[in-house]
Amino acid sequence: MAEATVTPVAAPTARRLRDYGVYAALGILVAYNLLFTGNFATLANLNTQLVQVTPILIAALGMALVIGTEGVDLSVGSVMALSAALLPLYLGYGLMPALLVALLGGALCGVFSGTLVAVVGIQPIVATLALLVGGRGLALVIADGRLKDIRNPMLLELGSGSVAGIPIVVLIAAVLTLIVGFVVRYTTFGRQLVAVGGNRSASVLAGLPVRRILIVTYVISGVLAAIAGIVATARLTASDPSAIGQLAELSAITAVVVGGTPLNGGRVRILGTVAGALLMQLISATLIKHNLPTSAGLVVQAVIIVVAVLLQRPRLAGAK
Amino acid sequence: MTAVTEQAAVAVADKGMTKREWIAGLVQRRGSVVVLALVILVSSFSFDTFATLDNARNVAMQSSFLAIVALGMTFVIISGGIDLSVGSVYALGGVLAAIGIQWGSVAGLLLPLVVCGGIGLLNGALVAYGRLAPFIVTLATLLGARGLLLAITDEGANTRLMPRDAVLTQIGQGTLLGFGYPVWIAVVLFAVGVVVLQRTRVGHSVLAIGGSAEAARLMGLPVARRTMWLYTASGLLAGLSGALAAAYSASGVTIVGVGFELDAIAAVVIGGTLLTGGAGTVGGTLAGVLLLMVIQNVINQIGTLSSHYQSVVSGAFLAAVVAIQAYLSRAHLGRERST
Repeated sequence: MAEATVTPVAAPTARRLRDYGVYAALGILVAYNLLFTGNFATLANLNTQLVQVTPILIAALGMALVIGTEGVDLSVGSVMALSAALLPLYLGYGLMPALLVALLGGALCGVFSGTLVAVVGIQPIVATLALLVGGRGLALVIADGRLKDIRNPMLLELGSGSVAGIPIVVLIAAVLTLIVGFVVRYTTFGRQLVAVGGNRSASVLAGLPVRRILIVTYVISGVLAAIAGIVATARLTASDPSAIGQLAELSAITAVVVGGTPLNGGRVRILGTVAGALLMQLISATLIKHNLPTSAGLVVQAVIIVVAVLLQRPRLAGAK
Repeated sequence: MTAVTEQAAVAVADKGMTKREWIAGLVQRRGSVVVLALVILVSSFSFDTFATLDNARNVAMQSSFLAIVALGMTFVIISGGIDLSVGSVYALGGVLAAIGIQWGSVAGLLLPLVVCGGIGLLNGALVAYGRLAPFIVTLATLLGARGLLLAITDEGANTRLMPRDAVLTQIGQGTLLGFGYPVWIAVVLFAVGVVVLQRTRVGHSVLAIGGSAEAARLMGLPVARRTMWLYTASGLLAGLSGALAAAYSASGVTIVGVGFELDAIAAVVIGGTLLTGGAGTVGGTLAGVLLLMVIQNVINQIGTLSSHYQSVVSGAFLAAVVAIQAYLSRAHLGRERST
């Protein structure tokens, strides 16, 4: 499990609920669906659920890292839109240049937010809010507000193809999850990231390159959001900067928080984030399968978020 | 007694202030007003149709709804919190007004105020007594309020019209001295907001809580109770704004308010209120709202620019403002937080 922690120890039961609650909830929901939902336990349905969750999951991986540094990246939805808008521009030169430009766009967005946060000293919420507002505008300006059909066969194959029965986008998400999980758990950078989130001034005093760590974290989040945008575009078979990534930042934050990563940093749970994203996806799928309306889905999401943070609430000894 | 201590503190601080700190403080507090004046001045000379009474009415009307929401947000942010739910609550307020008006205008106004105030109270209780992060609590109510809205409108398919002759609709559409009633309501609310923040015990305690909630608690301020009512006020104002907007368009539109909370936060931050809490002004927020709306108006005036540039400019502007703020506040961070 990709996890590293510097937080103090909570009461055992509460901690267990906090750390494993999301897996338990996911298990219960899967069991419920296996018993009561028709056509749930089919390969086709499994693939559908996994494919639908990939863009949010990929964006949530970056979000988990940023939240681990005690930040938040509100710009991921707009960065997704931006990469979707950039993608068709260079498709004429081939798939690789187009992908590179889209990824570069995401990286630059990360440099922008990261610099504002780490060097200028702006709060992450505002720094990335500026990019949320401006980024989608820029995406719409680039695309002239229009939806562009994607005709590149390789990109379409990326969106709808599969290898050994597993959709390519799911494979991409799985590989990215492994990489990010490995980085968090086994690399110096991952350790430093968690340290910066746990106690920034202590990290400075310990001689860590805090600014560089923060900027790199936001760049990773930007690049992952760009990948999410590319995946969403390939799935949609069209570049639609006004719709792609809309409110994705909220879904990504939800996945991370429900997955047990505390908002005050110092801890990153990658596997929990995956479970959180799957849980939210499965909840909406379950409600749809049982003909419950969108409104009910939103309310259930709201309740789950509150329950998740209630479980993570820091327990100060005896303090009210 | 509080006022006396306050004055003494200000006097002491004034003496020990360097010129650079003074300029920094001034830019922080008045920067948005200066930029607003500049933008208006330049636009007046550049576009024939800008400095007309009609256009002023337009901008004022469009600004009033955001302004009312941003007023509540200002207090919440000064207290060190944030309220992401206002966009959904604003939309919900409009729909509830359109539903309530079938039992009369009073019900049409009370229903959104009660429900939206209730959502604000829930936010406040979870933040103040549940000790949960405001960001995540109000993110949950953002989703929940939108869900509630969809539930009462056949999943958003049902847009209720409001009778044109009802009093509430008239409040939304009527004018006084050329400006719509919502504009006057926003003006009155901001006047009240200025007085509350600067001249009352409640206002001072909000600043104190934002400066340091722990210190405020140790000083004996009812931190939890105040915090709870702040979120309630924010919900009430968002609901009121939504009801007025619905009255203005004579319909409870279900798709409005998405991202409205971000506009409100942007306006507050541009207005010089620190997101870290403890410092900010109500007047600055008004300037921030007007600035966002004037930029939008100017881009419309230019005509050849697509409306998408508006968000690019707003975003760039927000980034520039907070960057300057961060730079300046390093010079006088200690001071700002203590005032």
